Amino acid sequence: MTEPDLKKIAGEELARQGEKSARIACCASTGCLSSGSGEVMEALLEALSSHGLADKVEVVPTGCMGLCSHGPLLGLEIGGEDGFRFLYQEVNPLLTRLIVAEHLLPSLEAGGDFPVPEFLSSHLLPLDIPFFTRQEKVVLANAGRINPERIEEYIAAGGYRALEKILREKTPDAVIEEVARSGLRGRGGGGYPTGVKWRNTADSRGGEKFIICNGDEGDPGAYMDRSILEGDPHAVIEGMLIAGYAVGAQSGWFYIRAEYPLAVERVEKALKQARGRGLLGKNILGTDFSFDCRVRLGAGAFVCGEETALLASVEGKRGTPRPRPPYPSQSGLWDSPSCVNNVETLANVPAIIRQGAGWYAGMGTETSKGTKVFALTGKARYSGLIEVPMGTTLREIVEEIGGGSSSGRPLKAIQTGGPSGGVIPVSLLDTPVCYEKFQELGSIMGSGGMIVMDGADSMAEIAAFYLEFTVDESCGKCAPCRIGGKQMLDLLKKIAAGEGNARDLSQVRRLSEAMRRGSLCGLGQTAPNPVDSTLRYFEGEYLNLLKTDDD
Amino acid sequence: MTEGGKTTSPKLSPAARAVKKWRRKRGALIMVLHEIQNQAGFVPRETAREIAEGMEVPLARVYEVLTFYNYFKLRPPGKAVISVCTGTACHLKGAPELVAELEKELEIGQGETTPDGLFHLQCVRCVGCCGLAPAISVNGKIYGKAAPSQVRQILAEWRAVFREEDVDD
Ligand SMILES: Cc1cc2nc3c(=O)[nH]c(=O)nc-3n(C[C@H](O)[C@H](O)[C@H](O)COP(=O)(O)O)c2cc1C
Ligand code: SF4
Ligand code: FES
Repeated sequence: MTEPDLKKIAGEELARQGEKSARIACCASTGCLSSGSGEVMEALLEALSSHGLADKVEVVPTGCMGLCSHGPLLGLEIGGEDGFRFLYQEVNPLLTRLIVAEHLLPSLEAGGDFPVPEFLSSHLLPLDIPFFTRQEKVVLANAGRINPERIEEYIAAGGYRALEKILREKTPDAVIEEVARSGLRGRGGGGYPTGVKWRNTADSRGGEKFIICNGDEGDPGAYMDRSILEGDPHAVIEGMLIAGYAVGAQSGWFYIRAEYPLAVERVEKALKQARGRGLLGKNILGTDFSFDCRVRLGAGAFVCGEETALLASVEGKRGTPRPRPPYPSQSGLWDSPSCVNNVETLANVPAIIRQGAGWYAGMGTETSKGTKVFALTGKARYSGLIEVPMGTTLREIVEEIGGGSSSGRPLKAIQTGGPSGGVIPVSLLDTPVCYEKFQELGSIMGSGGMIVMDGADSMAEIAAFYLEFTVDESCGKCAPCRIGGKQMLDLLKKIAAGEGNARDLSQVRRLSEAMRRGSLCGLGQTAPNPVDSTLRYFEGEYLNLLKTDDD
Repeated sequence: MTEGGKTTSPKLSPAARAVKKWRRKRGALIMVLHEIQNQAGFVPRETAREIAEGMEVPLARVYEVLTFYNYFKLRPPGKAVISVCTGTACHLKGAPELVAELEKELEIGQGETTPDGLFHLQCVRCVGCCGLAPAISVNGKIYGKAAPSQVRQILAEWRAVFREEDVDD
């Protein structure tokens, strides 16, 4: 294969884009597709060709633009880089035809500056609301802007240049050093320093080594990883390539939930294109580095997000966790050294290499660097996918970016970390996003689920909801999790229904302690978190539900 | 193929095709089962046996895997599989009421199929449209911001689809 000339590919793509007088981005991620963006896209193409604009205007199906609650979203860019930008919300086919006829067409005829007619402007989202201005996009920089199904657009946006840079200029050691200095920590929930994990894998002896991308995204109520895979699959592939070079691996394995068919399709398409361009396979970019990726699907078991269970599942077996050590970095997939990283972790890597560890470490707090993607949902006015620098306070996220309560009722708490996490009451909204701070408060950063709750949400009921999930998903291998969880759930349900007494509540606390200490894997160890944290901040709600002995 | 070699069709069974594609690849058993599940909507017993033979693993191992993962079904589901998202965002925004309404309208419980074989009702975790909570998916088509009052209409829509198919047949 001849070496791909990235500069040339980028140049040609940019020239092609430059010839168009406008670009319309239409969100084609799962969220907006289900709100009807497929029909919008059809109407758009039809309207453009009926106005003779098909060649002049480029339609770009993109990944998630973030504001899923207001989708389908349509972004207009008229007249290049410093042209005019507009974002339409809740678009339908009729509105699309009107936008083309009454906004786009006259704008192009007027040479750009054109007042948007009033009946359309009410559908425009103001671009100066905090939802847009307070975000800082590193991982999501391309999602919502480029067509994830065209590698040329990724390359034109600077893609695969980080890979080229390390292959030409850096030793594997220097790459690990750079990632370590950036302060990047695992985004899958644990927060383990990525540089250290890479170093451990690089130092392990073994002929064959593996990079594994954890795309199992177990937290029910979160979809960061799905959106990254759907919206910018090449960034994750490039991250895997860089990781592979750094630790000395020959192949990368995606493990993606089967419930995410669109993500799987986009990744497979991206892999094929990368192979076609000589960016995967033998002697990449003319060097002696060879690497390829494969995809394996999950099959609906939450515990398979845990790394040792995941490895068993990739091998085609039942996904039950095993004790660590040995850690996967020592002995993982088929007993070879394996580096398991989360989707978002890997998606950060190309940007870190391109812009430098210093730039990355410049964002965030003392211990938590860079940005974090959250799926902001529940009772927030603007809900969707957001990315903020670490250190941003929960208040900024919920009140500014999220626009406060959607129900009109005062907010009560924020849940982070899903079934392994906990609640943070609104009185502590000034807490900054930071691994340690969240832990001190009895929650965890988790993978990025952030659920806003208002006064109507009962804390005992929420705790029971999460516990029911973990009990359901327990693999049953060890007793504290299998039996303790079930007993605790029964007691909680009894309490939530107003049938429990004080003895039941103290039994809940005892069981929580036993599960924490005695469970084999993270699922059982963290399962009591939602219960403990709601008890910590909202004990009164539980007490009010208890029956006294003379009831 | 019948015994005696009357049929000369070189067509492989779905299981044989999947096995052929994945046989030489590592960790492929789950991927083979996915192919069957996707085509047939479940993994029939006979197919499981064929896969065990083709992949040269004991049938018990195939079943060990099939029963561990929720995604695989051992029995045929209804023609329309209704999945109610019971992820956190949907739970908070009314998934329990949607489940109750569907159970009432279909007169079945979760994990059950209507006697006419048309509808199968199940609860799933997060379909990835939390911004549109609560969400229902029917054979992959997602209905966001769903309300119990829409349930009847959604069911009618799918009944109509199947009526048309019957006419087509
Ligand atoms: C029960 C359980 C579920 C998990 N689910 C996920 C998951 O869905 N996605 C993920 O990336 N990590 C998950 N993890 C964490 C992984 O075990 C592992 O730490 C992570 O993939 C490492 O990648 P990182 O260092 O880049 O975060 C889970 C852990 C436990 C204990
Ligand atoms: S803690 Fe629970 S999920 Fe983890 S190994 Fe034990 S039983 Fe399985
Ligand atoms: S919780 Fe229902 S779509 Fe995510």
